[in-house]
Amino acid sequence: MTFSAHALGDVLAVESDPGGGFVPPGVGEFFPETLFGFSVLGIQFDIDRIILALWLATAVILVFLVMAARKAEIVPSRLQFVGESGYSLVRDGIARDVVGPKGLPFAPFLASLFFFILANNALAIIPGIQISPMARFSFPLVLALVCWVVYIAVGIKNQGLWPYFRDIMFLPGVPKAAYILVTPLELLQNFIVRPFTLAIRLFANLFAGHMLLVTFALGAVYLFQVGNFSAVFFPLSALMAIVMTFFELLIIFLQAYVFTMLMGTYLNGSVEAAH
Amino acid sequence: MSILAAESPNPLIPVVGEIIIGTIAFAVLLFVMWKFVAPGFERAYQARRAAIEGGIERAEAMQAEAKAALDQYRAQLAEARNEAAQIRDQARAEGQQILEELRVQAQEESARIVARGEEQIAAARQQVVNELRGQVGGLAVELAGRVVGESLADEARRQGTVDRFLDELDGMAAGSPDGRSGSTVAGGTR
Repeated sequence: MTFSAHALGDVLAVESDPGGGFVPPGVGEFFPETLFGFSVLGIQFDIDRIILALWLATAVILVFLVMAARKAEIVPSRLQFVGESGYSLVRDGIARDVVGPKGLPFAPFLASLFFFILANNALAIIPGIQISPMARFSFPLVLALVCWVVYIAVGIKNQGLWPYFRDIMFLPGVPKAAYILVTPLELLQNFIVRPFTLAIRLFANLFAGHMLLVTFALGAVYLFQVGNFSAVFFPLSALMAIVMTFFELLIIFLQAYVFTMLMGTYLNGSVEAAH
Repeated sequence: MSILAAESPNPLIPVVGEIIIGTIAFAVLLFVMWKFVAPGFERAYQARRAAIEGGIERAEAMQAEAKAALDQYRAQLAEARNEAAQIRDQARAEGQQILEELRVQAQEESARIVARGEEQIAAARQQVVNELRGQVGGLAVELAGRVVGESLADEARRQGTVDRFLDELDGMAAGSPDGRSGSTVAGGTR
């Protein structure tokens, strides 16, 4: 199994010391040992298995998409059909319907977000890896920052520098006195809260999902060998680990879709003039 | 647990190296998506739409063509019917005319035949009259000579008498009541 050898070691240690009790997995789960590291221009790159997993997921989704789209025909092959379904979910469901009539040029960007998050999320339940790079805050943050830059740049490009900020700061139809309250809130929401909620929503879901899976799995191992009456609860814990795996499957897809969808609504606000 | 917490960094603090790695990974995917994947799918969508719209257009064009052909056939049929009716009318009129001409011709012919017959009859009658006139004259003179018992020596006088008698006869033959009375007169003179 794949939960970190460290935590598993802690659990197995119970055998030698029955009075020690269950040691739940901690944050260390998400920081496995560095496999190799190097430094470029003073920046330290530590490569561990989560980063390898990120590369693997990116490579797999790249190969899949290129294979699916390379010989796109009128009558799709099975592979093309799968790729096209995912792509048109974003292109038609988000770029066209959420961003609006001017949204189709953003379809490749939104589809990249969707497939990148989906592939990396999927690692959370793939046996042998079972941890998502998106449970590492840096990666969702990268995506959120890219989105932040994109929707602000698109807003300025489409509406002009001043009108874009003016419409955010001074919402039309709001009483002048209310600006004291509304303007700081709007600025905060548009330029700080949005990217952080994007990043934290994705990160926290995958982080918590992994913690749940590891806790139930380790709990099952612990209960199995604890040697007292508690052992009867071992199947319950094991069952929960399996159920949570299926729940994770839902989270994997949902979070990828929600992230892309929210970026679509932000882009919608940037593409179209203030309501 | 406390040892673990001390070992592990805060999970909410991003690592610069990871941010760069993540950015590169996403950038690669974005590039490939933008350059190859999205255009490929868009091509397929376009081709599909073109195929569907082309099919519809072709079907519409064929339908229009078929309708045009049908209209043309109908127009031709109507024209042909019209023409046939015209020809029939004309033929009927011509037939009538021919019939009329034939009737007129036949009438003329019959009139001519009748006229010629009448002429012939008239000529034959004239001939008979002429012949009879000579014979009747001779017979009458001879009869008269025998009855009277005297030979009329004076040829000239005899001839005049016969002619006068015959003229009277002619006048009687004309069928007028005068002629008949004339004959009585002639009988009276005798």
